[in-house]
Amino acid sequence: MIVTKQKDLESIICLIQKDPVFIVGCSQCATLCKTGGEDEIKKMVSILKVKNINVTGWVLLDPACHLLNDKRILKSYKDKIKKAKKVLVLACGNGVQTVAEIIDNAEVIPGLDTLFLGEIKSVKEFEKRCNLCGECIQYLFDGLCPISRCPKNMLNGPCGGSKNGKCEVSKDLDCIWEIIINKLDKKKKLFLLKRIVEPKDWSKSLVMKR
Amino acid sequence: MNYTSNLEKVLKTKGFAVTAEIGPPKGCDAEKIKAKADFLINCADAFNITDNQTGVVRLSSIGGSVILLDMGLEPIMQMACRDRNRIALQSDVLGACAVGVRNILFVTGDHQCFGNHPNARGVFDLDSIQLIKVVKDMRDHGVFQSGDEIKFGRPNVFIGGAANPFADPLSFRVDRLEKKIFAGVDFIQTQSVFNLERFNCWMDEVRSRGLDKKVFILAGVTPLKSLKMCERMKFHVPGVDIPNVIYNRMKNTSDPKKEGFDISLELIKEIKKIKGVSGVHITALFWENIIPSLVSKAGLL
Ligand code: SF4
Ligand code: SF4
Repeated sequence: MIVTKQKDLESIICLIQKDPVFIVGCSQCATLCKTGGEDEIKKMVSILKVKNINVTGWVLLDPACHLLNDKRILKSYKDKIKKAKKVLVLACGNGVQTVAEIIDNAEVIPGLDTLFLGEIKSVKEFEKRCNLCGECIQYLFDGLCPISRCPKNMLNGPCGGSKNGKCEVSKDLDCIWEIIINKLDKKKKLFLLKRIVEPKDWSKSLVMKR
Repeated sequence: MNYTSNLEKVLKTKGFAVTAEIGPPKGCDAEKIKAKADFLINCADAFNITDNQTGVVRLSSIGGSVILLDMGLEPIMQMACRDRNRIALQSDVLGACAVGVRNILFVTGDHQCFGNHPNARGVFDLDSIQLIKVVKDMRDHGVFQSGDEIKFGRPNVFIGGAANPFADPLSFRVDRLEKKIFAGVDFIQTQSVFNLERFNCWMDEVRSRGLDKKVFILAGVTPLKSLKMCERMKFHVPGVDIPNVIYNRMKNTSDPKKEGFDISLELIKEIKKIKGVSGVHITALFWENIIPSLVSKAGLL
């Protein structure tokens, strides 16, 4: 899932600048991580009203990254969007762009920060799992990804900063290499890590269309 | 016999070498490096010039190395993977070699979040093991990482790497050394040794796999200048292991400089006895002027 986080309210309000605003949410990822679902949209509406900002309407797209769907749905909100000067999108960075591709009378502003592609660990806990690198090499690491989970992209074992299972960058982050080693050790397959993993082919990450 | 560098010659003929670290200044004042180097001229066989260590911007390691070369000293130029992709790294290896650098030590590098530009984008296109292999292939096979041929001069460098015997997990620490050797490293400088027991465990494993015969290992030594520095290293620098015995000695002494000096002397004495260790690498952060008396008292001159 694409994991997002709401921008702080002050900067959202600063971007709206008291203009009339139409709000867009997304039924999928942003709903699941509670940043752009129906509940969050309604909450945003009431917050903005308190700040004396005119909300001309809102809609939940299904999902926001679907161009043709968005075109169809937004058509029926034409009048409400026309009254707005800003469209606040509570969806991932893709959702913002798809909406901006359709709307031309108002300025489209992002209400969320798009963080990563990650796992839902529990209702409010999400963890990064993939950098969309274009060529999945998890077969080398028994279903674990050091590209997205090691801040230094180490492919040949842990750096010198790994301590007590934690990453040198943050005590809140498990060192993915400790996890890889423990997993393979349990399976008596540690020898797999002795081969040198060659430099990654980053040209694979340049694909822009499919 | 032709040696790539003086460091290689000392290691192969004398069996024990001393290297010392010179941290470049936060600015372009060459005198700062010259003054430190002047002081250390007869104290070591070669001098590490660090590469924006801990992510703090300093005079470049290639610039610092040229300053040493002009003084007739031998640099060990450090290169980190953090700030350059494979194109820039290979290009700088060629450039350094062209101006006379003969030892290059490759590290992955501390994460940029520790430095003075925590908002920088880290590169980490290669890790240290991959970079070591790339440079070995450049030197021995005349090819770039892409497989493209090197047409006008292969970089003849003595390849260095780092090892941390104190980081977790221990068993894999020796595996990683083995991988570095397999990748092509010629010499290793270790993280500063304070925990002798752990260092000995690591060396036991190194010897039992015969790795000390395949690579020169220089043990890191860092004289502690003050309790504050000891605490900073113990609690805040990733990968450093200062046991409580040493911490308490620094805490209870009335003369921390002397205590720190004595601890280093004792450590060097013990390290010299360890089979398979080919030298010491002295890092005296902001206390370089202690190195002459340390090496002379330790009988390293
Ligand atoms: S290897 Fe690449 S594609 Fe696979 S999980 Fe990691 S970042 Fe994603
Ligand atoms: S501590 Fe582990 S996860 Fe963190 S940078 Fe080092 S190897 Fe990567």
